[in-house]
Amino acid sequence: MIGLQHVFYLIGALFAAYALLSLGDRSNPKRFANAAFWGLVALSLLAGNRLGDSANGWLVIGLSMIGGFNLLGRGAETTSEAERNASGKRYGNKLFLPILIILVTAVAGTLIYLYVPAVHATGWLEVNRETFVLLCIGVLLAILFVFLWLRPQPLAPLQEGRRLTDAVGWAIILPMMLAALGLVLRDTGVGTTIGGLILAVIPEGNVLAACFAFGIGMALFTILTGNAFAAFPVMATAIGVPVLIQGYGGDAAVVGAIGMLAGFCGTLMTPMAANFNIVPVRLLELDDQNAVVKVQIPTAVPLLLVNILLIYFLAFR
Amino acid sequence: MSHYLPLLGIVVLVLGFALRFNPMLVVPVAAITTGLLAGLDLNDVIAKLGKAFNDSRAIIIPWVVLPVIGILERYGLQQRSGAVIANFRAATVGRLLILYLFYRQMISAIGLHATAGHPQTVRPLVAPMAVAAAERQAPLDEPLRQRIRAHAAGTDNVGVFFGEDIFIAIGSIVLIQQTLEAYQIILRPLDLAFWAIPTAIFAFLIHSARLLMLDRALAKRRRAGPGE
Repeated sequence: MIGLQHVFYLIGALFAAYALLSLGDRSNPKRFANAAFWGLVALSLLAGNRLGDSANGWLVIGLSMIGGFNLLGRGAETTSEAERNASGKRYGNKLFLPILIILVTAVAGTLIYLYVPAVHATGWLEVNRETFVLLCIGVLLAILFVFLWLRPQPLAPLQEGRRLTDAVGWAIILPMMLAALGLVLRDTGVGTTIGGLILAVIPEGNVLAACFAFGIGMALFTILTGNAFAAFPVMATAIGVPVLIQGYGGDAAVVGAIGMLAGFCGTLMTPMAANFNIVPVRLLELDDQNAVVKVQIPTAVPLLLVNILLIYFLAFR
Repeated sequence: MSHYLPLLGIVVLVLGFALRFNPMLVVPVAAITTGLLAGLDLNDVIAKLGKAFNDSRAIIIPWVVLPVIGILERYGLQQRSGAVIANFRAATVGRLLILYLFYRQMISAIGLHATAGHPQTVRPLVAPMAVAAAERQAPLDEPLRQRIRAHAAGTDNVGVFFGEDIFIAIGSIVLIQQTLEAYQIILRPLDLAFWAIPTAIFAFLIHSARLLMLDRALAKRRRAGPGE
């Protein structure tokens, strides 16, 4: 059976290759730090389950030191805009084919695997990890196609992958750091304390006020932690269950489902949700760290209001 | 009173971000502050960080596409994405992003949220197409070009957030179910997925309206002339 562990081996090998290639890149003045950083990421992917919690923790500290003190650098560009323009004209729309290969393998592959009984019965993919495995298979097929068609130098895909990975830099692992922070906040009871504070300010007996406190609390706590998953247990325990569901008899499915979505409105508004809001800033080479958050806020605020009203009207219909 | 002490970790976090310190330092410092103030010793906090980091490694999987995207960029993929859109007369940045929003919500609603995203689709396809469409609508300067790219990323986020919860096997549905189960409230995933639909529709309407406003802003800019 192919599963998550195999995916980690593949991506771990990829990052190990980035580390080695960084070491040999004399155009990058900070190449040793890049090699160390991607090497640690590779170690985590390849051997994370064998290292133990403490060693993993020190690995995290090491990554945060290298990334946090801006020790990472970038090498020289491999091609110029003019070269890419000319090449794009020459190869035309066929350049989309490899991406199509990845999307079709992942999308059609998952659908076929899940819904064609004869294929599903083979059981060769780990449950709930099908898309991840098929995404990797799609990438390998696309690379094969690129080699057969464009015949690049053998290391070119790895070098180009490293170029983009260096462009994103430490932001690639920031989401995992935030997940780690979320766990510490949960285990130390910080969430429950904040929930208690919110509960103290809402007037008793007012259903609409309770809906507002729940929805805004979900969004605010998500803004602080960057993760609606961290906010939900806190706000459900503080207001959702005792007040809305058990107190006023609200429909639990509505309160749960739309409460979570109110949290997602918070995710749109916070740099703490690094995976969604900081990573693309780096990936799209935007100057303003908060550029993505800024274009999302005007959607998030009215949608949060809509969610609160939806809870009020649908849970208490 | 002492159980309010760990909240100082949140203060560290908010101040750190507000003062624009590097997040890679702010986050572990906030975590360690919280842990120590809650009475854990340093080794426990670091082990906790290590375990959670290890458990969340699946976040890194979509980056596996970068070697393909990178090699295709070397052969002119982004330029090609722009050229394709330049040939569609009816294409505007607003309509293009609305179409992508719809695709992203649909694909996420059937559980395939991991097949698109910032590295997979936004950088190679959506962002260059959006900029190319906008270039035809009005003269762009660099800040505006960056804002269009930010819109491409934002549209992807809105699409995935308000599409994925319609799919019954997503992590957040499991989390809602498990949290409420602790209070003897038993819910079926299908009920939760069903109640994600109204918000999905409103998200599509609100965000589409904003994208059409972006088109109107570009039209206004064009009328104002290239001098601006």
